[in-house]
Order: sequence, then structure tokens, then C-alpha cells
Amino acid sequence: MNSSALILMVLTQLAVTVATVYFFYRVLNTPQKPEPDSYTDNDPI
Amino acid sequence: MSTNQTESWGSRVGLILAMAGNAVGLGNFLRFPVQAVNNGGGAFIIPYLVCFLLMGIPLLWIEWSMGRFGGRSNNHSTPFILDSMSKKAFWKYFGVFGIFTNIAVASYYCYIESWTMSYVWHSLIGTFDGMTQVQVADFFSKYVDIDKSLTGIPYEAVVFYVLCLLLNTYILSRGLAGVEKAAKIGIPMLLIFGGFLAFRGLTLGTSGASAEVPGASAWDGLNFLWTPQYSSLSDPKVWLAAAGQIFFTLSVGMGTIHCYAAYVKSKDDVALNAVSAGFTNEFVEVVLGSSIVIPIAAGYLGLDWVKENAGFGMAFQTMPFLFEKWGPILSVVAGVMWFGLLFFAGITSSLAMGTPWMGFMRDEFGWGRLKGAWSFGGIVLLLGLPTVIFFEHGVFDEYDYWAGTVSLVVFALAESILFAWIFGIDKGWRELLSGSDLQVPTVYKFIIKYITPLMLLLVFLGALFTPIGNDWTGAFQSIFSGGGWTLDNASIFKTIANSGLHQQLAAATDPAEVVRLKDRLFYTNFARILLCLTFFALALLVYLASVRRMRTSTPSAGLRNTNP
Repeated sequence: MNSSALILMVLTQLAVTVATVYFFYRVLNTPQKPEPDSYTDNDPI
Repeated sequence: MSTNQTESWGSRVGLILAMAGNAVGLGNFLRFPVQAVNNGGGAFIIPYLVCFLLMGIPLLWIEWSMGRFGGRSNNHSTPFILDSMSKKAFWKYFGVFGIFTNIAVASYYCYIESWTMSYVWHSLIGTFDGMTQVQVADFFSKYVDIDKSLTGIPYEAVVFYVLCLLLNTYILSRGLAGVEKAAKIGIPMLLIFGGFLAFRGLTLGTSGASAEVPGASAWDGLNFLWTPQYSSLSDPKVWLAAAGQIFFTLSVGMGTIHCYAAYVKSKDDVALNAVSAGFTNEFVEVVLGSSIVIPIAAGYLGLDWVKENAGFGMAFQTMPFLFEKWGPILSVVAGVMWFGLLFFAGITSSLAMGTPWMGFMRDEFGWGRLKGAWSFGGIVLLLGLPTVIFFEHGVFDEYDYWAGTVSLVVFALAESILFAWIFGIDKGWRELLSGSDLQVPTVYKFIIKYITPLMLLLVFLGALFTPIGNDWTGAFQSIFSGGGWTLDNASIFKTIANSGLHQQLAAATDPAEVVRLKDRLFYTNFARILLCLTFFALALLVYLASVRRMRTSTPSAGLRNTNP
């Protein structure tokens, strides 16, 4: 491969991979929000 | 109108995989690399990523926000999601696009999906063993000609199509849990299969050169794909192609994202989920999609062959022949992986297409999952059989053009205007940030209000007024020098008038060719009538649903245009 093609390919694929992994990591590590209390459906009987 | 217990997603990862599965389709592996090589190679990635940030991400946020907003008042399909955001009654009829597009696209998309099922089977039983490239290409032509049986199964293409539809319908009848389970299996399998084939593509090098093509090299393919031609950045055609690719790869403008997001709980995030699903799609497209078809084909057949033949057909007419060069066992593995990944990419998208119809019928007419799923399967079968039987007469292409291309742009343009200008950017912005797990940059408020609708308008106008030869630079020069603007036969105006077909008919002298073209003209109009009837039938259902709502004066009417 010529160097300009190689650099562009590696940079682009690396950037997209890092962004994908980062956002997925954020999704997996964000704690779930508690259920709102105002809904009677959610209250224990 | 819904009185049923609303479903919801089992897990956040399941939701994101289902959304990513909705976006990831055959185009990620077949359309993206071809668009790149036809539009400046590596330089294409620059407008492509710019369009992703300025049009793709904003549209994802718009659709996720609209969906969750609609779901809060028990609306799970676009007609009444749009209706709940405006006081004008006509918006719900724009929302018809969000059901129509899915039914029409599913009817031919499931046919492509059935090819992948069939080709997995043929790879397993060794149908392609010892075939030449011409024979593999010929196999496909005979496969879609349903009069000819290749394996003793009569009407094989129809059989596989019905099997594929049955599988889709069965999974849909399991509700969101079924869709989520399919995504949790399908997306990891797709990534494993794609990763294996991409590794082969990136490491093939010159080992595929043969006596027939001594100079063949996978590096040439990668060079061709990634060498930047910066001069192309000033060509409007390249920007329109990049915007079009971003638009179609993310499955925006279909109504499926709204539907999936309508099942997100009101307290939950949409901003981070949308970006995460969007980037998963980009990973599959940019990293995997660019590393399979083009380098493998160039590695065995040479760059010249790729330049002449790059297109959708390579998946079925070329790849099985190339895999045969990997030896008896690896060729079967590669064939199963390639068509398997296309199948998983396809089914996770086609399942998404069933949910808006099911959501609409449940919300408005109280239909359960089974009734909703099987009615969807039945409608898709009725609408799809003409694409199977009259494939060679252009019915398939006609569906793809009007339902799979034009409708998406029209709907996305309308919804971006509704969200930013009618519902209001302030309310929309608050809706997006509500429950958000991501710090959304404030500049996106400006982008969503001005840039995204403008870009969509340009894409739409570009399709409406495509200049002859798609030569935008030449067309602008011509108009400023008083030469006028000559439309290409691919422009929407000329397509409506069937100008290309009429020109071919006028030029044809061979009686057989005249008959073929007349047949094509007939089936083209036949397909359009079917699509129009489907749209109007759905619009009638929306009208009946609105009458029912008025009679029962549902709470959602009172929620119109209200702040969340």
C-alpha cells in the first residue's frame, strides 16, 4: 500500500473503532436510573 | 388509543444492538466501498464523516427523541408520534411514510435476505465447487429466473423467500423480546464473521495472483479504496454521494428508530444510546465493510476488473468463486460466514421494519403481537411476490427507488422541519437532554435547527434535479453561461416520466428488445400503482384511527405539542 492510503486507512479505522468502543463502554458503565416514585404502578402492593 | 400493557426493552445493550442491527444492512458491505471507489477513494471519507457529524448524528437524535416523546403518550408509530408534536392534522399523514416505507422495503429486502439464506445452503452443500466465475454469475441469473430450477426444488427463489418471511414473522410474533434476542445473536455473529473475512482481506496481499491475473494484489484494492484524491472534495457530486450514503446506512427516515425508541422508558437516556448505535454501524461499515469485498476481489481478479465490475452484484456473482480458491474446507467456511453475515445484517434490519406496523395496529386497533406479526407477513408476501416473480422486469428496482430511496429523504426532511421548527428547537433540545447520559455539545442545537434540514433539502433537490451525467460542476457552468440545466434520466422528474425507458424504446429496432422494453414499462407502472395503493390504504387506516381517537377523545389529544 502507498503511505498516504495506509495513513488514511489506519487513522480513520482507528478513530471509528475508538469512538465505538468508548461510547459502548459508557453505555455499559452508566448506572441505571431509579424508577420514579410517582407511578403507582411501580409501588409495591 | 392503546389500552394494552406497553412492552419495553429487556436491557440497554439489547436496545442498542437492536438499533445497530436496524442500521447495519447489506449496504454496509456492498454499497459503502463502491461509493468510496467511485467518489474519490480515500478523500470520500472526509465528506462522509462530515455528513455523519452534521446530518447522521443529528437525525439519530431527532428520531430517538421523537420516538421516546411519542411513546410517553402510548404512540409507537410515526403517524401519531408526528401528530402529537403539532396542532396541524396533516402531519399524521406524513407519518404514513414511517409505516409505508417499512412494508414496501421489507417486501423486496426480504427477497435479498432470502438469497443470502439460499447461498448459505448452497455453500454448505458445495454447489459452487469447481465452478468458473462465469458459471457462478450465471447461477445467480438462473436463480432469480424463477422458471428455472437449479437444485430440483421447484420455484426455489419463491420457496426461500417464503421461508425467510416465515422466520421474520415468527420472530416478530415474539414481540420486542424476540427482536432483542435476534439482535443479541445476530450482531455478535456478524462481527465475528466480518472480522474473520476482513482479516483475510487485509492480509491477502499478492498471494491471490495467478497465471490468468499475474499482477493481482489486494494492496491495489486497498490503495484504490483509500488513496485520497483531494480534488474530488470540490465536486458537489461527491458531497451528495457522501450525504446519501450516511443517510441510507443509518436507516434514518424510515420510522423504525422512532418505533424502537418509543419503547424506551421516559426516564432513560436517548442521546448516548443514539450515538452508540450510530458508531456501531460506522464500525461495521468503515472498518469491516471496506476490508472485505474490494481487497479480496482485487487480490484475485486484479484492480482493473474491480474498477469495471464494482457493484452490488459482486456479493452473489463473484464472492463464491473467490472463496473456492481458499481450498475445500475454508471455501465452505468463508461462504457460510460471508452469506451468514449478510443474512444477519439483513434480518436485524427486516425485523425492525415489522415493528412500526405492529405498533400502529396495537395502538389504534388493539391488535395483539400474533395478529400484528402475521398480518405484516401476509401484506409483505402479497406486496413482495411481484418483486420475486417479475424481478427481471424491474419491479424490484422500482420498489427500491420509490420506497427505499425517495420516501426516506422526503420523510427525513419533513421530520427535521417538524422537530426543529414546528415542535420547536427549544422543546426538542430539552427532550433530547432529558435523562441524557451524554453531554451533548450546544453547537448541535444550531446544527439541528439549520444545518441538518438544509443538508436534507440539498440531498432532496439533488435527487430532484440531477444534472445530465451527474456532472454538477458542468451543470453549474452551463447554467451561468446560458446553456440551461439538462436533467439526467436518473432525476426524480425524468424517472416519473419514464424518460430513459421511452428513449430506449424510440431507439430500439430489434423486435425482441422492443417487447422487452414495453414489458418493463408496463411492470414499472404496475409497481408504482401497487406502491400508491399501499400508501393510500395506510393513509385510510390512519384516518380511521384518528376518527376513533376523536370519538373516544383519547388523552394523547390533550398532550399535543406539550412540554415533556
